[in-house]
Amino acid sequence: MPSPPPIAIERFVKIYKTVPAVDGISFTLAEGSVTGLLGGNGAGKTTTIAAIMGLTTPTSGKVTVLGAEMPRQRYQVLHRINFESPYVAMPMRLTIRQNLTVFGMLYGVPDLTQRIEELGRQLDLTDLLDRQTGKLSDGQKTRVALAKGLINSPELLLLDEPTASLDPDTADWVRGRLESYRRERNATMLIASHNMAEVERLCDRVIIMKRGHIEDDDTPAKLLARYGRRNLEEVFLDVARGRGIEHEAAQ
Amino acid sequence: MIARESTYAYSPRRAGAMMLRYWYLLRSSWPRLLDLVYWPTVQMITWGFLQYYIMQNAGFFARAGGTFIGAVLLWDILFRGQLGFSISFMEEMWARNIGNLMMSPLRPFEFISALMVMSIVRLAVGVIPVSILAIAFFGFNLYGLGLALVAFFINLMLTGWAVGIFVSGLVLRNGLGAENLAWSIMFLFMPLTCVYYPVTTLPAWLQPVSWLLPPTYVFEGMRALLIDRTFRADLMLDALGLNAVFFAAGVFGFLKLLQSARRHGTLLQSGE
Repeated sequence: MPSPPPIAIERFVKIYKTVPAVDGISFTLAEGSVTGLLGGNGAGKTTTIAAIMGLTTPTSGKVTVLGAEMPRQRYQVLHRINFESPYVAMPMRLTIRQNLTVFGMLYGVPDLTQRIEELGRQLDLTDLLDRQTGKLSDGQKTRVALAKGLINSPELLLLDEPTASLDPDTADWVRGRLESYRRERNATMLIASHNMAEVERLCDRVIIMKRGHIEDDDTPAKLLARYGRRNLEEVFLDVARGRGIEHEAAQ
Repeated sequence: MIARESTYAYSPRRAGAMMLRYWYLLRSSWPRLLDLVYWPTVQMITWGFLQYYIMQNAGFFARAGGTFIGAVLLWDILFRGQLGFSISFMEEMWARNIGNLMMSPLRPFEFISALMVMSIVRLAVGVIPVSILAIAFFGFNLYGLGLALVAFFINLMLTGWAVGIFVSGLVLRNGLGAENLAWSIMFLFMPLTCVYYPVTTLPAWLQPVSWLLPPTYVFEGMRALLIDRTFRADLMLDALGLNAVFFAAGVFGFLKLLQSARRHGTLLQSGE
């Protein structure tokens, strides 16, 4: 029997009071794929990710993660997924090791001490493990957040602006780590980002949202060809400003 | 048999992880530890000297030795029990960590039980040194209450937890704008639960309201013990029954507010 897709969203609608944040979107992610979720502020990206994580209940439609309907059946799969975002933080007074110990226990990670040492090596945190999280630089904090995101070796990793506020060197290093993790684990990733270069490098599919709808959904190469642009930033601006598919129209 | 993936499944390891998290935090911050001892000490000393003065001037209070200090210490168990629960919860909001927890496999009952255990730890850090000071300063031995103290403690903690659970739900649903409730809600109980005076002091129409609150039975029980030297088991059982209702209502309210937070998408917005 084939395993269920990591994420399957069918006609997902979320209305806050009377305002629709997401208005009937549908998409499915294939196992081992890396998908970028793009869109301007208020496009509905955060609401979509929150629904995937079971943090918000759909007004209508269905959000399924690894075969479990969210949020109703979330406890069937929460130990198999994880999330990293600069907009949630790790307790600052705890050391990195203490934070990873707590989250490792929450996710039921076996051989936790060994796993923490391993993540320390992979994310260049070994010398910092006993330092308070609040005393780290932004780049180091991002690596700690990534270590938390990888503590349970998730099959599905959700990333919200994974390199926000990082210098180009650290951001590049983080992207490299994400690429290796995907290769090693055949993990599925969904990345919400405003950094188009990052999306072009990491993603094999891009979903562009605008005002709660999916405006476009394809591989980066096909999007560039369709819009007649040289990079995703220009494609993004075309979609955001409603300039449409000029290249195709011209043809 | 509860399925492993059910909302009601309970993992001691996950609950232990949360206790460890709060223990690490408490251990790492001396101002937090000092705060636990500071107010109970100030209260106990203030009220202790007041009682000492009244005892020298009024025959009745001379017989009722210890009621003020006893009331202060028991009130502190109630107040700190609730505050210890709520503050540990709000540490997650202040740290912007609540999103991480809510998308982890941690179940609400594991979270609640960890907060309950931590409220006992925080209370012990605050009240044990102060109760020893009460012996040294005023000759009042809280532990001299014996088994009655156990009955008082259980009932007060249950009320504190019930209120703490409900307030945490309000903060989860409404953000840190509701934080002040955690600090102030118990003071609504203070006049009604008759901490420092008998229920008969209240106007007749207010007395039935007072008897709806479990701590009222504890404070009446304490006065019966210290003044009349009688342990009122009936009062403790009544309080226990009411506490069962309060606790169930607190948990129900928390789960409903959590559900509402999911519906309104407030779990990722832990600000104001």
